[in-house]
Amino acid sequence: MAFGPHLLLATLEGLVTSAVLALMALGLSLVFGVMRVVNVAHGEFFMLGAVLAWWIASLVSGHPAIGFLAALAISPLIVGAVAFAADRLVLRRLNYEPEATIVATIGLLYIIQQLALTFYGPQARPVDAPFTYRILFPWFGYSGYKLSIIATSALLLIFTWFVLTRTRIGLVMRATQYDRETAQAFGIPVGRVYAGVFALGAMLAAIAAVLIVPITQAHYLMGLNPLLLSFIVVIIGGLGSLRGTVVAALLIGVSDGVISAFFSPTLAKIIATLAVAMVLVFRPQGLFGSAAK
Amino acid sequence: MADVLAIAGVDCFYGEVQVLHGLGLTLKQGEVHCLLGRNGAGKTTTLKAIMGLVPARAGSIRLGGTELTVLPAHEVPKAGVAYVPQGRRLFAEMTVAENIEIGLMTRRKGQATRERVLELFPVLRERFRQRSGTLSGGEQQMLAMARALCLEPEVLLLDEPTEGLMPSMIARIRETVASLRSTGVSTILVEQRVDAVLSLADRVTFIENGRSRETVEVERLRGDPSLIKRYVGVG
Repeated sequence: MAFGPHLLLATLEGLVTSAVLALMALGLSLVFGVMRVVNVAHGEFFMLGAVLAWWIASLVSGHPAIGFLAALAISPLIVGAVAFAADRLVLRRLNYEPEATIVATIGLLYIIQQLALTFYGPQARPVDAPFTYRILFPWFGYSGYKLSIIATSALLLIFTWFVLTRTRIGLVMRATQYDRETAQAFGIPVGRVYAGVFALGAMLAAIAAVLIVPITQAHYLMGLNPLLLSFIVVIIGGLGSLRGTVVAALLIGVSDGVISAFFSPTLAKIIATLAVAMVLVFRPQGLFGSAAK
Repeated sequence: MADVLAIAGVDCFYGEVQVLHGLGLTLKQGEVHCLLGRNGAGKTTTLKAIMGLVPARAGSIRLGGTELTVLPAHEVPKAGVAYVPQGRRLFAEMTVAENIEIGLMTRRKGQATRERVLELFPVLRERFRQRSGTLSGGEQQMLAMARALCLEPEVLLLDEPTEGLMPSMIARIRETVASLRSTGVSTILVEQRVDAVLSLADRVTFIENGRSRETVEVERLRGDPSLIKRYVGVG
């Protein structure tokens, strides 16, 4: 293949990575932004979303689209419920102390991972894509489903932005984020907001997982890599900045796609990690984050 | 006149350190009640205890027939207590409009309340879409008061509302407090400036080491400032 088409293919692959990464990192960023909780178990919510998607799709017979859509609707809800319970049963009892919640979410990571290994097993299993239409470029054919991931992710990001900036739910979340005590003095039930945000963050990870599982297969260790990439995205983009998260996800995803295709995936990771180090040195609040007051 | 708020025997702790020792006071309908005392005496903590932000381990705080100490912190404002914290504590990244909106949401007040509040502080209307963190100090204080008044509260808690403001702004804030009194709002005011207290308050409670020592009518202080000297060390 010539250089041009090859670059196009690599960019498309990178965009798919970006789309999934943006959703997942947004969840991580929301949870940290509002609750000041570094959720190390975020990758396991992603994995749980994928494993549940396989399970739900396997229960449904008929056209693959039915199973996929059922998974897309139900899997995030279950993952959200698990996260909600984890907040009420664990994080709240720790008073959301930063060090304690890191250790607690590490524990949560292993619990979810080992439960998945026990009940789902060590196999990697795919979910059938809802449709198999291929878009034919002059140089190569490309999965229409992959392009639909990009579109779905973009829609979800716009929707999240709308909720955060234009609705009362978003207003309440932002008020809690800026000043927890004053929020309470204005009738905002901070505890419930925290539980809701933790569930929402996990659901975004689960949606990302359901979208990607027709391409990558569900596996009980699949959460680690996206977790690291999400942290990279959130640090580069700036915590709590939706725009930063999207821009950084595009940057990391596309550069990962292109560098992996032309050089090696390892080099892509090295460069991404180097970028994190540089951002932390020269702009610790991230590209779009605001400096601490 | 009837008591709107009755505080009795309240103990509060920060961790293991006790900061309020059996504190008590009553707020009458439509009065401006000042808390005076040295730094660290427990004035701000008293306000936070009323709001439920610092839990009272003992004692009672009653608003009319409602016991506030058993409510979770976010239910206290819904019962009718509005709080203007020290340092204003605006949601600085949000616009003026959004800060007002949060005030209105607390007790589900609507358009009519917003109009009334903006009539008190017309300058906020001009700044409506501006980020509140970019307002001047005086405007921020007005917004903090406006946000609290959006609750249409029975009781208003003001923690040093004139701190760090220029004199003309201090006068505006004082006028506002006085005009709120005429509409029947009862106010607890924490204030360091003795002249402000003397001109504005109806009664004064002196707080020392987390205890309420004495409550006096303000006329008595105008005639005899020795109490101020004793509890605050100025005057």
